[in-house]
Amino acid sequence: MTVFLLRRLMQAAVVVLAMSLLVFIGVYAIGDPVEILISPEADQIERERAIAALGLDLPLWQQYLVFLGKALQGDLGRSFVFNEPALQLILQRMPATLELAFGATFAALLIGLPLGLYAGLRPDSSVSKGIMATSILGFSLPTFWVGLMLIMVFAVQLGWLPSTGRGETAELFGLRWSFLTWDGLAHMVMPAINLALFKISLVIRLTRAGVRETMLMDYVKFARAKGLSPARVTFVHVFKNILIPVVTVVGLEFGGTIAFSVVTESIFAWPGMGKLIIDSINVLDRPVIVAYLMIIVLMFITINLVVDLTYSLLDPRVRLESKA
Amino acid sequence: MVFTIIALIAIFAPWIAPQNPYDLAQLDIMDGRMEPGTVGGAGFTYWLGTDDQGRDMLSGIMYGLRISLTVGAGSALIACLVGASLGMMAAYAGGRTDGLIMRLVDLQLSFPAILAALMILAFLGKGILNVVIALVVVEWAYYARTVRGSALVERRREYIEAAQCLALPTRRIIFRHLLPNCLPPLIVVATMQIARAIALEATLSFLGLGVPITEPSLGLLIANGYEYMLSGKYWISFYPGIALLVTIVSINLVGDQLRDVLNPRLKK
Repeated sequence: MTVFLLRRLMQAAVVVLAMSLLVFIGVYAIGDPVEILISPEADQIERERAIAALGLDLPLWQQYLVFLGKALQGDLGRSFVFNEPALQLILQRMPATLELAFGATFAALLIGLPLGLYAGLRPDSSVSKGIMATSILGFSLPTFWVGLMLIMVFAVQLGWLPSTGRGETAELFGLRWSFLTWDGLAHMVMPAINLALFKISLVIRLTRAGVRETMLMDYVKFARAKGLSPARVTFVHVFKNILIPVVTVVGLEFGGTIAFSVVTESIFAWPGMGKLIIDSINVLDRPVIVAYLMIIVLMFITINLVVDLTYSLLDPRVRLESKA
Repeated sequence: MVFTIIALIAIFAPWIAPQNPYDLAQLDIMDGRMEPGTVGGAGFTYWLGTDDQGRDMLSGIMYGLRISLTVGAGSALIACLVGASLGMMAAYAGGRTDGLIMRLVDLQLSFPAILAALMILAFLGKGILNVVIALVVVEWAYYARTVRGSALVERRREYIEAAQCLALPTRRIIFRHLLPNCLPPLIVVATMQIARAIALEATLSFLGLGVPITEPSLGLLIANGYEYMLSGKYWISFYPGIALLVTIVSINLVGDQLRDVLNPRLKK
């Protein structure tokens, strides 16, 4: 276990290093930050002094080392636009994104599990067929367009839900969260459902497949033969066993949810990390782009590691040593 | 069937569209943001309404479809070439080459497509070519994995051994013997990936990082309607979205059918 963990951490470090090099070259070598940072009126001497102050006169590999050294100390540069440390800027917006992603995951389980369970228990009923057909739509519908349609129907025409923004927030652990106030929750409903759309379909299909498989197992037959009530068989014997794959897949998808929140946040003007990166790309705010990408890479490596570890905890049959 | 119609519309858009949305002479700014079915100033019926510039949405969708399909199919084709060659190389060479290529595939697949594409476009900037590059980079891995999977199975078959015994050149074995037998799953994956590429392109264009404003794809048309949405002018975003949806679903259906046709094991 320890060996596996160490090896994985080493691999992770190599990936982070490789990505930092890639991101650095991508962002800093293509395009010239001097033109944005130094005013065009500056004369030659001023220009050279500014370039030297920014370290842009050094060869690229030295610039990279400087960047790396600072990054290790948690300094990923200052945003050109906000004139704040890029890292701080992103961390400030992280709660909003995490909240949205968790909301979406929760919504996916809340909606997907019962529907999938029903479709699995009564595979031939017309309701189940309807559920499955809808789940196919969930895979094919362009999510961003569905988001627009949600705004159209529920915000513009019916006026039930607010269309954009995060609404009122309340403080918890020194951070501001929307889900603690009614107004914030109302603002969260549409973005969370929109982000959950793909996952709902996924959960429905997984649950249905799991239920159909488990129903044929001997222990389910035995439980029935014992004369247990159908409800008990369904919820204790079947449901518990299908939860493991469903939860793992949903966990695995969490990274994808955070990635896709870029789109959802843009539609609903949700002030999270995703909206920040789109805005930064549009104004070429390089330090923020670099910092965001580095944080995302770290996040993904952590998620993948956690998922691998959870596998072994949930299912002792998975042997970690042989996988590494 | 539906897909054939969509493809035909896209190909013949310049001839069947009621209006050329890029020819400014044909546009009448007075006809801007008209509801579906209104008769415009020139006695012209806008069946699907007009956008803020007075463009006929129906024509806009037909031209947008052209761009969406070109970008989607083009990137899928290039990604297929790149991915299939690498996958084939991995399967045939084995050993260290295989390990390296498959690590790259794993890395690519563990990173969400939308983020990877976003990163690439952030570096390269907007433009149709850059979108195609980004889509190729995020998609090649699927092809590589598919081809490698089937090539690994096929290369152990007797006919490859026979070809090797005949001392045929490696290139000939790969292209004439191995590749044709790996094609069926590749074709299915390619079809599905075209749909994915179209959806991804639309999403990127919606975010303002995709195709330039002068060549609007369906995604950009939807994005254009976003600001008018809040004032109840739904049609600017609604109809391009429907067109996008029908396109994606029909391509996926074609993929499903191809899978059934090409996979003899599924035949009952």
